[in-house]
Amino acid sequence: MLSIVPNHLCTPTCLLYSTSAVKVRVNPAKTDVDRNVKHSMNPFDEIAVEEAVRIKERMPSTEIIAVSCGSAKSQETLRTALAMGADKAIHVEVADDSKLQPLGVAKLLKAIADEQKPDLIILGKQAIDDDSNQTGQMLAGLLNWPQATFASKVEITDTLAKVTREVDGGLETISSKLPAIITTDLRLNEPRYASLPNIMKAKKKPLTKSSPEQLKVDITPRLETIKVEEPAKRQGGKKVESVDDLIDKLKNEAKVL
Amino acid sequence: NSSLLVVEHRNGAVDGSTLNALTAAQALGGDITAIVAGGAPETVAKEIAKYNGITKVLVAKNDAYSHNLPETLAPLLVEAQKKLGFSHVFAGHTAFGKNVLPRVAALLDVAAISDITGIEGADTFVRPIYAGNAIATVKSSDSIKIITVRGTAFPAATTAQNDPAQEAAPEADTAALSEWIGEELIKSDRPDLNSAKRVISGGRGMKNGENFQMLYDMADKIGAAVGASRAAVDAGYVDNSLQIGQTGKIVAPELYIAVGISGAIQHLAGMKDSKTIVAINKDAEAPIFQVADYGLVEDLFKAVPELTQKL
Repeated sequence: MLSIVPNHLCTPTCLLYSTSAVKVRVNPAKTDVDRNVKHSMNPFDEIAVEEAVRIKERMPSTEIIAVSCGSAKSQETLRTALAMGADKAIHVEVADDSKLQPLGVAKLLKAIADEQKPDLIILGKQAIDDDSNQTGQMLAGLLNWPQATFASKVEITDTLAKVTREVDGGLETISSKLPAIITTDLRLNEPRYASLPNIMKAKKKPLTKSSPEQLKVDITPRLETIKVEEPAKRQGGKKVESVDDLIDKLKNEAKVL
Repeated sequence: NSSLLVVEHRNGAVDGSTLNALTAAQALGGDITAIVAGGAPETVAKEIAKYNGITKVLVAKNDAYSHNLPETLAPLLVEAQKKLGFSHVFAGHTAFGKNVLPRVAALLDVAAISDITGIEGADTFVRPIYAGNAIATVKSSDSIKIITVRGTAFPAATTAQNDPAQEAAPEADTAALSEWIGEELIKSDRPDLNSAKRVISGGRGMKNGENFQMLYDMADKIGAAVGASRAAVDAGYVDNSLQIGQTGKIVAPELYIAVGISGAIQHLAGMKDSKTIVAINKDAEAPIFQVADYGLVEDLFKAVPELTQKL
């Protein structure tokens, strides 16, 4: 990269993430899911951090800031981002993670973008807890920046982001003027594991704290969760003996053939 | 209540997801205005007008709207909302709807409500969370509700003797922040995954892309669409647009045949509302069998050709 110093900003914004090994359960009061599960970085956000690190490998003048909004546990996620290659981190502390909704997070990130003036903000396309898939698009709207969502390939030049997007019928390519928002899809890259030396180094990288009050952002939730229930259970588990048996059942029992 | 229905269209035809979203808007009650934006929106505007419940059609004709760029569509929808005061804005929860509506919500300073599967009232909606492992009911405190609709949760709207007024949509800023370069869409004569009554999906057990031909052969025999698990897409066997699951497409056909798919919860999230589920897998312990109505424990390379032949 020539004379411009791009200041790429990455945002692992969602923290609560249960792996497939952990069964998500509705709490007894039916007001939420049991949040007492392992925290790790949202997989789409890992892809976002990885992409920023790859951009920096091609354009060494890049600076990467990792940002996370949430409770104290967010700092673990930020250390992971630093160990992967981010240069510094900002933790926007919100004690109760359940108060954070996409619009509030987008406003917090806008306030940070106004301060840091990045050329690019890369986010995961969705959090795999609430599955909203909104924050990047909202942030782009608030900043009046272009948005390249669901990216599966990214090429950055001094002034443009050329992005291939995963859309319903296949792929679409757009070119967005920087500064821009990118949200990552699954096949953009395969995130690296942080090496032990890099994990040690990450402990010394700067991590600053901020808050909605400091950023003058109102994050009052707009959606109230009235109840959370278990989905209806499927009565599965029946086995058939042969292809003939299967065809017979589909024709005469399920009547779908 | 008065709703704005954002019409998604491609090659001069209304996308099926819009008709599901229209049914959701009907469930809410009140007037429904459809908005069609595009370089040549006339045919689509005429088509959507025939559907039951549409009381007005807004037409935004401008080349700036040709490629569904959210940077130009969002200001248009915001202008329409401000001029006409809609209480609800609906679109399908598709790559298009997911891309555009949250941007609109942010510009109006309201929450977006994604992927709804039920309407309990003008401000209360049902939506799955955690890959469908929990179902949340949420209540919005905003004056405007911006909503994307899960297609499989609402039947497609039907046509009626309908002749609503057409008028030009309000003018909005069309400054381009992005340029559309091109697309590579998968062309197929098989039914569309989102609306197919029968779906056959392959997973990692297919071993490679060539072996998917077995599934295409079966699909052609019973008029099915072909899908895939994330593992099969990640391994490069098939195109990303075939992915079914939490982060791919959600389907709920009458018949779903899972072939060589183990059944991770992320995959189940995309298909467990199918009416009848068949699983073919040689591993009797695969979790897919727990949700399958009919499980066949057999080598797929033997069972699939036999099934195709006998269907």
